[in-house]
Amino acid sequence: MLDALFGHLDLWGQALWGTVVLFFGGGAIALVLGVIVGGMRVSPVPIARAVGTVYVNLVRNTPLTLIFFLFAFGVPVLVEGDVDFLGLAVWALGLYTATYVAETMRAGINTVPVGQAEAARAIGLPFGQVMSLVILPQAMRAVIPPMMSVFIALLKNTTVAAGFSVLNLGSIRAYMSERGENAMDVLLWVAIIFVALVMLLTLLQSQLERRWKVAR
Amino acid sequence: MQPLVELEHVEKHYGEFHALKDINLAVEQGQVVVVIGPSGSGKSTLCRSINRLETITSGSITIDGKELPAEGKALARLRADVGMVFQSFNLFAHKTILENVTLGPIKVRGLSKREAEQEARALLDRVGVGHQADKYPAQLSGGQQQRVAIARSLAMKPKVMLFDEPTSALDPEMINEVLDVMVGLAKEGMTMIVVTHEMGFARKAADRVVFMADGEIVEEAVPEEFFTNPRTPRAKDFLSKLITH
Ligand SMILES: Nc1ncnc2c1ncn2[C@@H]1O[C@H](COP(=O)(O)OP(=O)(O)OP(=O)(O)O)[C@@H](O)[C@H]1O
Ligand SMILES: [Mg+2]
Repeated sequence: MLDALFGHLDLWGQALWGTVVLFFGGGAIALVLGVIVGGMRVSPVPIARAVGTVYVNLVRNTPLTLIFFLFAFGVPVLVEGDVDFLGLAVWALGLYTATYVAETMRAGINTVPVGQAEAARAIGLPFGQVMSLVILPQAMRAVIPPMMSVFIALLKNTTVAAGFSVLNLGSIRAYMSERGENAMDVLLWVAIIFVALVMLLTLLQSQLERRWKVAR
Repeated sequence: MQPLVELEHVEKHYGEFHALKDINLAVEQGQVVVVIGPSGSGKSTLCRSINRLETITSGSITIDGKELPAEGKALARLRADVGMVFQSFNLFAHKTILENVTLGPIKVRGLSKREAEQEARALLDRVGVGHQADKYPAQLSGGQQQRVAIARSLAMKPKVMLFDEPTSALDPEMINEVLDVMVGLAKEGMTMIVVTHEMGFARKAADRVVFMADGEIVEEAVPEEFFTNPRTPRAKDFLSKLITH
């Protein structure tokens, strides 16, 4: 069993790297886009609200595998030349997870009393600053735990990219089988690594929660 | 002379409900107008319409000769010139008292942090909470919080200040400390529109009382005349109830 890991450190390293790229790449896109879309959904501009709502409902209600398929088959038709499947997978994960980030942000924003936003508007802050200076800092506390669940789900969703010839922890079993390793041993290691990664996220969560707790 | 705040034929609907009916009101520079009336008569709606926290259905509202802009930067700029004090204070819960007062001057007026803090401390001293500058809002009494809210508005150097029942959420012993600050402002020539049932304040500081009922301005008079000799039956009825409790 130990050999399944230590005998193939090169492959494990590449697979872990694939997962890490998918997670951080997709996570960064999801965070930026999700905060923007979440903001759109509470903005005073009706068009922005409508676009945000349509985006969330459309993308969130589509199975992730389907989004991957659309990217994997759609993009090569649209662009000429070689497509980078890792890049596609990062975007698919990011666009999909952004809807969950947006909804989590919106739920957090709704925990802040409306009077806070009204007072901020009354001193002449424009919408963006009402959000960034007054609402979001107060929403953070409520947002962190559900946001961590979103990112843990993202971490596990990176394995869906396995079906699109992107080497990561979700697809390593196939490569290892070619090298003659026992599938159960490999999957056990994959599980152990995921548990460790999720524990890192949970650690980050408690750090963040502690940090935002004082700010009240 | 052009009034500082002017409302002409203002109508406001909440769906089917007609909340403001043909409101005409002009407030001159330096005037203090008290708005009074039964619950649900549209006082808050009127007050909030003036800085466009509520949008009106039709009519026009001008401030210093300029029509209220619809949205965006221009509206934000105009709001900076219109101070607003809420019934529930609405201090920024995650910021210290000092930060509450300096936020607008720094972000909207472009003051340096040092300048803004200097002015904020002077304002906090003036409303009597200077020694609380580093605390958070939740650590202050209601009366103290409301005085900070007034200082936060003043820090923007507004042309006019709106007060929506600023003492209604306060314990009786704290009402006067807030009213005293407001009377002081009125004496210094601040233009004010104040929704309040505090007759003492109206008598001491107001140039005019506007009585509202069912979304309409029913009566407008100088305070003494309104309180001692109301013309309309609705005002008489309202005042008799106000005095008995
Ligand atoms: N957001 C809203 N949606 C629907 N109706 C509303 C809304 N806000 C206020 N109203 C209605 O408009 C009317 C006027 O409300 P407003 O708050 O202006 O009254 P008010 O004179 O300030 O009363 P109070 O003395 O109780 O504060 C009320 O009948 C109220 O129910
Ligand atoms: Mg009211």
